[in-house]
Formats: sequence, C-alpha cells, structure tokens
Amino acid sequence: MKRYSALGLLRNALSHNRNWPEAWRSAEPKKHYDAIIVGGGGHGLATAYYLAKVHGMRNVAVLEKGWIGGGNTGRNTTIVRSNYLWTEASLLYEKSIQLWEGLSQDLNYNVMFSQRGVYNIGHSLQDMRDIERRVNANRLVGIDAEVVDAAQIKKAIPHINTSATARYPILGASLQRRAGVARHDAVAWGFARAADALGVDIIEQCEVTGIDVEGGKVVGVQSSRGRIGADKIGVVVAGNASVVAAMAGLRLPIESHPLQAFVSEPLKPVLDTVVMSGAVHGYISQSDKGELVIGAGIDAYNGYGQRGSFPTIEHTMQAIIELFPIFSRVRMLRLWGGIVDVCPDACPILSKTPIDGLFLNCGWGTGGFKATPGSGWVFAHTIANDEPHELNAPFSLERFTSGALIDEHGAAAVAH
Amino acid sequence: MLLIECPWCGERAETEFSYGGEAGIERPAEPDTLTDAEWADYLFCRSNPRGPHKELWNHAQGCRRWFGVERDTVTYRIERSYLLHESQGDM
Repeated sequence: MKRYSALGLLRNALSHNRNWPEAWRSAEPKKHYDAIIVGGGGHGLATAYYLAKVHGMRNVAVLEKGWIGGGNTGRNTTIVRSNYLWTEASLLYEKSIQLWEGLSQDLNYNVMFSQRGVYNIGHSLQDMRDIERRVNANRLVGIDAEVVDAAQIKKAIPHINTSATARYPILGASLQRRAGVARHDAVAWGFARAADALGVDIIEQCEVTGIDVEGGKVVGVQSSRGRIGADKIGVVVAGNASVVAAMAGLRLPIESHPLQAFVSEPLKPVLDTVVMSGAVHGYISQSDKGELVIGAGIDAYNGYGQRGSFPTIEHTMQAIIELFPIFSRVRMLRLWGGIVDVCPDACPILSKTPIDGLFLNCGWGTGGFKATPGSGWVFAHTIANDEPHELNAPFSLERFTSGALIDEHGAAAVAH
Repeated sequence: MLLIECPWCGERAETEFSYGGEAGIERPAEPDTLTDAEWADYLFCRSNPRGPHKELWNHAQGCRRWFGVERDTVTYRIERSYLLHESQGDM
C-alpha cells in the first residue's frame, strides 16, 4: 500500500493526479478462505481489518453484493457517542470511541472524526431525571459525561430555542464532549484500503445466495460468483440479517424497518456540535460542506425498500423546527432511507450461533455507525478465537432465551 | 404514504393507523410444556420476510378495530386487507 502523505499529495498534484494507485484491489474470489465476511459495510470491513491486523488471519474475503460504501455505511447521520445507560452497552460503544480516536492514523486515511460533542436534550422533569441517572451511570464506568442546564446550552448553541414558553421547553441536556461525527464514506473506504493492504480480498458485486452447512458446520457459501469455501463465516449484513440467517436455517429476533435521513442545502457555519432530542425525536448536526444532517425515528412498519413514508419526514422536520425555529425556511436537498435491523432490546447481536463456524453481527438498529471500529474489533476476536470477547459476551443470541436482555429501548439517550 | 383500507371504514391515510407487527403468531396453547427456546421464539423471533408479509394494523384514529393486511415489504404495495376471524391462523 502506498501511504498517503502531504508529500504524496504534492507529487500527485504535479502529475495532474493521473497516477494515484487504486485504493484496494479488485480481487477475484479464491476457491477457499479461512474466513469469509458476508457484507462489505463498515462493520464487515472493520472485522476483516482487525482479523488481519490483530489476529494474523490474512486468508480472508469480504463479499459485498453491491459496492463499498453503497449501503447503510453511506446512509447514516454519522453520529458517534458512547453515552448509553447500561454498562454492557456503554462499554462496547466506549471501546469504539477509543478506536475512533486513533483511527485516521491507524488506517492512514482521514476519517474526519470530529469530537465536537453531543447534546442529548431533556424537555421535562422526568427527562432530566433520566439524564442525570444516565450521566452518573456513564461516569461510574469511566465515560465522560456531564449535565448542563438551559443557560449553558444557549451559550454553546445560540440558535436553539430555550424559551420557557416553547411547546416542549428545553430544561437541560447531557453532554458528552468526546462524542461527535465522522465522515461515513471515508470510514468504509479507509477500512477497505487498510484491510486490502493486509491481504484481505474485497470482492464487490458478489451476492451470497446460500450458506453451505455440513454436519452442523459451515463449509462455504454459494454466491453470484460461484461457490466459495470457508472454515468460518461472519455474517454482517445490516438490513438483511433475517434473510441471510434464513439461508442457514436460523430465525432471528429481528425486524427490519426503513430509517430516513436528510441533508439541507449548504449553509454558512451555524451549528458546531450535535443536538439530539428523544422527546421531540430528531437529531441534527452540520457537515463540513455546510449541509444540515438530520435524522429521526424509524418508520413503524417492516420494510426493505430503502425509503419510508412522508408522515415520518414531516414529524422529523417538526422536531427540528421545535428545537431550531431559525431552520424553518431551510430547504432540504436530499432524503434517503436505509434499512435497520431492530432487536427487541435495541441492542446488537455479536454472537456465535448453533452452527459451528457461523457468526452473527447484526441487529444494530438505528445506531450502528458509531460502533463501526469497536464492532469489528470484538467480532474479529469472536471469529478468530471461537469465543466472544468479554465486551461482546453479553450480546449473544442466547440472551433472548435466557432473558438477560440489555434494555436500551428509550434508555440510550434517544428513543429508537 | 401508505393508503390502507380499513375493512369497516374504507381507504384512509397511513397516519390514522398504528402498526401491530407480524400477523398469525398464536399464543402457545399449553405454555407449561414449552422449553425456554420455544418461548423465546414465540416472544422475540419473527419471520421478517423480504417480500409478501401478513401483518396487523389497528385503525387507531378511526373505528379502533384490528385487521390484517397483506403487504409487500420491498415495494410496499398492499395486496389486500382482511378480517382476522375470516383467516384462520392469522390472528
């Protein structure tokens, strides 16, 4: 891999940018791999990267049915935070933030991780009690968190409406200063390039159509580019987890829903942090290009269509304008939908399965992007050692049988 | 926006309805005999198909009655609405 550097930028500029090498090879599938990762999103690419880097497994392929960066990794609102309520969840997301903090250097790719802080707004006495409880829970496990009042919010975010006569008055917020945003495409491209440099085959336009199981153990996959053998298979297919798991005869505690997001026309800098509200239910930040990046809740019905209904868009806009009346005349430039796999407890599944050599990484619901590096890191550990890391052991498939759920619905700072 | 036909009130906008998830999940007749895995499957696991889906809707802002809808989860096209008691196993 040619390292990216300031000098390289200059050299390539002098040759009119005609000599940049490809970021990753266009690999042909081999007959057999030690491990196959199904799904070339951020989580899958991160898994392959850490398999190669931390565990020395380099005979690995990532199979992607579309193209790198074309799925949920490029469809989210890029918020990164770790202020979840329950210890199991907050430690998992905190591991991820710690990896985010060194990720650009580690990958030699600028993922534009910007720790601009995240405010989770409270609008009622009960909201504020929940916020204080969550902030205390975070601090007890060593995660930075603080409670701020309405005056502090107004000082930091002058355009927010903290009027006492607002329909949903702002009483305060939790603030995680180490939280922020990252550039989603760069995360996918950076992990793909770094994994490729360690020998991982990234195979795009390769749809898995079947999983071969012999004697209770995986032996390979059927794909649109033929049969590919494998000792281990990690399924990381956000939005299609139930469909791919069914290929191995598994039924999952997951339902898939559309989640919509929007960007506005570009504006001058107006919002230099991230604001989220679970009560009016919207979240907003401003990208480096100046667009407001806006998201909210899922459409209630099951859907795989990568689009949702108009009432959900309207509801999101109402929430944003409730918080920021100044944005009432901003025009939206684009809107899109991604498909999120939601678990009953709003926590992911990072787990072994009843089938030997088959591993699942799914069910991230609406909040998977923030976990990208941490998810890959613990999932690589799980695949390499055939045992979960202590960080992801609570996120097993068995928790739905044992009853040890990790109930982050509503607890995780914003309703899912 | 989905246009949903309530069997009693006719076609109405999606905003009048609330969604009830997959149809046809029957409460086990003899719960005492179930294993933990069977309970987990009944409580949490869903077929979540990519394609035709039978699901429950409630006309929450209208007659407040439950009924079934057959809808495609990719195209979102609604094939039909039906009365639950007329379709065995779809309660």
